[in-house]
Amino acid sequence: MTATEMSPFIGSAITEEQQEQQEQLAAAIGVADMPVSRKAITTQGQRISRGVRAALPPIAVFLVVLAAWYGVNAVLGARNFLVPRPDQVITEAIVGRTGQGLQILQSLLLTAEVAVIGLAIASVLGILWAVLMSQFRWFQRSTYPYAVILQCIPILALVPLIGVWFGYELNARIIVCVMIALFPMVANTLFGLQSVEKSQRELFQLQRASRFTVLTKLQFPAALPSIFVGLRTSAGLAVVGAIVGDFFFQRGTPGIGSLMQTYTRLLSYPQLFAAIIGASLLGVLMFFIFGLIGKVAVGKWYDPAN
Amino acid sequence: MAITAPSPMTTTAVDDEKPLVDFRNVAMKFPNGTVALSGVDITVDRGEFVTVVGPSGCGKSTLLRIASGLEQASEGTATVTTDRIGYVFQDATLLAWRDVQRNVELLAELNRRPKAERREKAKAAIDLVGLTGFEKNLPKQLSGGMKMRASLARSLTLDPELFLFDEPFGALDEITRERLNDELIQLFVREGFAGMFITHSVSEAVYLSTRVVVMSGRPGKIVRAFDIPFPMPRDPDIRFTAEFAELVGDVSHALREGHQG
Ligand SMILES: Nc1ncnc2c1ncn2[C@@H]1O[C@H](COP(=O)(O)OP(=O)(O)OP(=O)(O)O)[C@@H](O)[C@H]1O
Ligand SMILES: [Mg+2]
Repeated sequence: MTATEMSPFIGSAITEEQQEQQEQLAAAIGVADMPVSRKAITTQGQRISRGVRAALPPIAVFLVVLAAWYGVNAVLGARNFLVPRPDQVITEAIVGRTGQGLQILQSLLLTAEVAVIGLAIASVLGILWAVLMSQFRWFQRSTYPYAVILQCIPILALVPLIGVWFGYELNARIIVCVMIALFPMVANTLFGLQSVEKSQRELFQLQRASRFTVLTKLQFPAALPSIFVGLRTSAGLAVVGAIVGDFFFQRGTPGIGSLMQTYTRLLSYPQLFAAIIGASLLGVLMFFIFGLIGKVAVGKWYDPAN
Repeated sequence: MAITAPSPMTTTAVDDEKPLVDFRNVAMKFPNGTVALSGVDITVDRGEFVTVVGPSGCGKSTLLRIASGLEQASEGTATVTTDRIGYVFQDATLLAWRDVQRNVELLAELNRRPKAERREKAKAAIDLVGLTGFEKNLPKQLSGGMKMRASLARSLTLDPELFLFDEPFGALDEITRERLNDELIQLFVREGFAGMFITHSVSEAVYLSTRVVVMSGRPGKIVRAFDIPFPMPRDPDIRFTAEFAELVGDVSHALREGHQG
């Protein structure tokens, strides 16, 4: 999962195609999004073999990539230090010189912390913003364009300003992270809140339910599946945001982003590869965890067919 | 045709003078200029089950929405003398995240009834529609017919005096539909609500109702009304009688004339 897959996120919410892509990815990393109706009529054994069958193609691709990696290394000959072999990455960067694997892990943890804090802030802000927009049309009219614009501003252009205003330490990294992760939360929550069927709304209206009751008992629960789609997407983006933040705000403990820069400068390519793989795994892990949380929270009742 | 249907509600016949629904010269013009209804007179008394048939888009739903208070008539007077109104939509409108029990409790909950009362009422209603044993099922685990039953049960908790149905069985298969028709008639006889029902099926209309009202195409007007003389509860076999077939024929004719005119 990369920034390119997630960035075209302008408009109201996740498109079906993106949903499908994400579901394929989720299936690849083991959280197969099987329709429950099918699940209900499959036995345990069938399910396992189906799981194995679903896992095989990605594993095959993984092996192909691994082979290609070795291939490229061999072809490069004398310049093969540019693409160190996977085993070199492991022996030299991770278990090699003492403390280096640990340093990568520590930086990763810090970056993960920034990403999680950023994601939490983006989620709370995004949901609040969307709830307010759903309740007050004027608020939506006057502020939604800015949510879209926020998505279009190249964050890098704001980096100097963020540094000047908030310093070059952790806070600045978190702010970058929030700015990158906010929009999918806003857009998906708003979409969910507004996707309530007219007849369901009228069911509440007939009992003279207050706006607040409609929000808490109807709109918000109905929006949960979209909110979790947003959360899953933002989780991936939060990692991107945290790494971008690492690059530019390097005071204090280095995050994985600044570590990568250091390795690049020092021509420590096995270490650079290890850092890149670590960062990628972090993104996948975040996506996976928040996908799983969503599944646990709404999977029981949510019926994607409807 | 002026045969009065035998009322199943002989006990409430005393306060019969005032109809539950009394529409006089009701017209509906939407802000965008669409005229959905014009000059509609319709009454529904206690003990009556009135079905409205008419071409698509003639304003049948609008009629029900005015009766329920969801919409305000733009002309004429629309009087409804009860606030215990059940409304069943075309789709079951169950909340996907609530099980059957909690879905059926919803309306009492919105009316701030105490928990014990809610639970009891829901249980009774679930019993009435034959969903006992499915209380813990989520909507996605129910068939279309069961969803509709849950939706009926939900409205039954209001002890409605007037029950409005907007094509509730339109999406169901023939067998399920006929079964639900019979169950609805049982409820009608036992619970004593008055009904206003919309359908596109003429035979369903004749089978269910004490009166069938035929509307013309937009703007909807009432072109004819037929009293249905069969006793309640209905014997499923009346469907195969010549009299039933004749009534279905008459209503269909009126429907076709209204469509052209
Ligand atoms: N809020 C609205 N604003 C404008 N026009 C409306 C509105 N609601 C309904 N209409 C129009 O009024 C007409 C009658 O609508 P209504 O839903 O009452 O028809 P219907 O008889 O129930 O049709 P169907 O059999 O297809 O359900 C239609 O032409 C519809 O497009
Ligand atoms: Mg309609």
